[in-house]
Amino acid sequence: MKQKFHIITSSCIPLPLENIDTDQIIPARFLKATDKKGMGDNLFRDWRYNADGQLNKDFVLNDPSYSGVILVAGKNFGSGSSREHAAWAIAGAGFRVVISSFFADIHKNNELNNFVLPVVVSESFLQGLFSSIAADHQTQVCVDLPNQTVTNLATGESEHFEINSYKKHCLINGLDDVDFLVENRNKVIEWENQRM
Amino acid sequence: MNTLFDKIWDKHVIQVIDDGPTQLYIDRLFCHEVTSPQAFDGLRERNLEVFRPEQVFCMPDHNIPTHDQDKPIEDSIGRKQVETLDANCAQFGLTEYKMNSKDNGIIHVVGPEKGLSLPGMTIVCGDSHTSTHGAMGAIAFGIGTSEVEMVLASQCILQTKPKSMRININGKLSKGVTPKDVALFIMSKLTTSGATGYFVEYAGQVVRDMSMEGRLTLCNLSIEMGARGGFVAPDETTFAYIKGREYAPKGEAWDKAIAKWKTLKSDKDAVFDKELNFEADEIEPRITYGTNPGMGIGITEQIPTAELIEENGRASFMKSLHYMGFEPGQKLLGHPIDYIFLGACTNGRIEDFRAFASTVKGKRKADNVTAWLVPGSWAVGKQITEEGLDRILADAGFEIRQPGCSACLAMNDDKIPAGKYSVSTSNRNFEGRQGPGARTILASPLVAAAAAITGKITDPRTL
Repeated sequence: MKQKFHIITSSCIPLPLENIDTDQIIPARFLKATDKKGMGDNLFRDWRYNADGQLNKDFVLNDPSYSGVILVAGKNFGSGSSREHAAWAIAGAGFRVVISSFFADIHKNNELNNFVLPVVVSESFLQGLFSSIAADHQTQVCVDLPNQTVTNLATGESEHFEINSYKKHCLINGLDDVDFLVENRNKVIEWENQRM
Repeated sequence: MNTLFDKIWDKHVIQVIDDGPTQLYIDRLFCHEVTSPQAFDGLRERNLEVFRPEQVFCMPDHNIPTHDQDKPIEDSIGRKQVETLDANCAQFGLTEYKMNSKDNGIIHVVGPEKGLSLPGMTIVCGDSHTSTHGAMGAIAFGIGTSEVEMVLASQCILQTKPKSMRININGKLSKGVTPKDVALFIMSKLTTSGATGYFVEYAGQVVRDMSMEGRLTLCNLSIEMGARGGFVAPDETTFAYIKGREYAPKGEAWDKAIAKWKTLKSDKDAVFDKELNFEADEIEPRITYGTNPGMGIGITEQIPTAELIEENGRASFMKSLHYMGFEPGQKLLGHPIDYIFLGACTNGRIEDFRAFASTVKGKRKADNVTAWLVPGSWAVGKQITEEGLDRILADAGFEIRQPGCSACLAMNDDKIPAGKYSVSTSNRNFEGRQGPGARTILASPLVAAAAAITGKITDPRTL
């Protein structure tokens, strides 16, 4: 799962709905796995497939005119359940970036811990991007992590995005938090002894 | 001038990483079968032991059936997940409350019940409803599986300190209005993202007057307004609840603990990043009409019309009503329903069963309603019997099932069929949450009981 992140330029998959919760990203019945494999197949399962199991041709992931490794979603993406399966499904389906004007806390951390970059943009940038993608399904977006910028290449509109320098360092170098914490076990032991 | 949140948080800081998160010490980790297997795999891949096994408590709850728990789980994938937890607990030397044992139940019901969740602690679990334990006066919040692995590996987590919010609920609740209604009311005012980035302290007369069961319900739903967690400063109600429980401090340790716990309150001049006030007399029994918990109304009110919804949210609003089979502006009182579900970490405690039983006592369940009554733990189930509630419920046509998460998220067989309406005391009405196509109306145990008797959405105050 560990991968390095630098600059990504790609077309996008748009989901212009607000409050997309993690039950929609991956329904609970697909949480029974004991590993992380295959989660991508069930990303947005109940939107991708009709109740009869047939592909829902109207859903954006089933429309071949859209492609890319950037998911663009409406405000408050990833609310609800803490299931990391949602982040595994997004990563498993090949996405590297999710752009929204607002993310739910736990899901945002889960994305970062799986080397998927959540990019928070202004509501006006987001709506502009949805418009560009509606006009041209292959609209390109450039996400530059070292410079913390996101650019809609159709309009040239660009925004700075926030990420703390610790997490930025982790993503650029493909490191995770467990590595860091295990290295710091001695500090914990010291702290525990003082607490006694 | 510190908030209680600051006080507890600051006592658990190992270090603050420069322009990065805080390394926070965790007192208690709870694990269930759904969000832990990949974390244990991670330990094996890195060749690590669990760092502080005595601080970790595990139990399966999501997959387990609510009948015939003495037999193996029929669903082979769900069974494998439960067996994987058993194997991981055995391998890493962790305490596990196994399925069908007297200690088992929903993790957020069992933790407080056993005295494992105590004031001043930091508590995490790979489950968003970990916020429940905040009722004990603890910092408790849900985490992802990578973070479960972090805690297993180091008893620490990396977190950015959230902002602080105090929500005061003033006055006295009127008859028929429960803590669930208070939470649903606040959510409808704040929306599901209104408290994102914050940790909430609940305060005010309503909260002071609330039982521990009520506070557990209130804190449970903190995540549904986006909050990292929510808690209530411990008081005599808290101490009385904890005293004598299995893992509660005893003897001299108890006196010491009480002295310490009594200091756990926000300073008088503490400044919160945000402070909100709500009045109890504005709250009536609540129901939801849409597909997130913030889409709620008073039971006598009507669904908003589309013009009242801000433009960017209108597509989601209409999609949601279409899913539910409702119209903008519709009144829901009297709308027929098919199922009721009493249970979950939200409303699966003894007080919820007492409230339900008091409403249905001497009446009969409507024939067209299927009712699932699922205690939050075996201990709750035992108390139901000891108090004779089971007989009252049986006389009214209700049967008690075996404990588990059940129809809250339908990972076991308790699935609401597509298109059917369920009045549910659980916490989420997301599309498909209670089964593909299921239509969930969130409500209190009293509203669920009233609906079970009449077969329609009914104001319990009129029953």
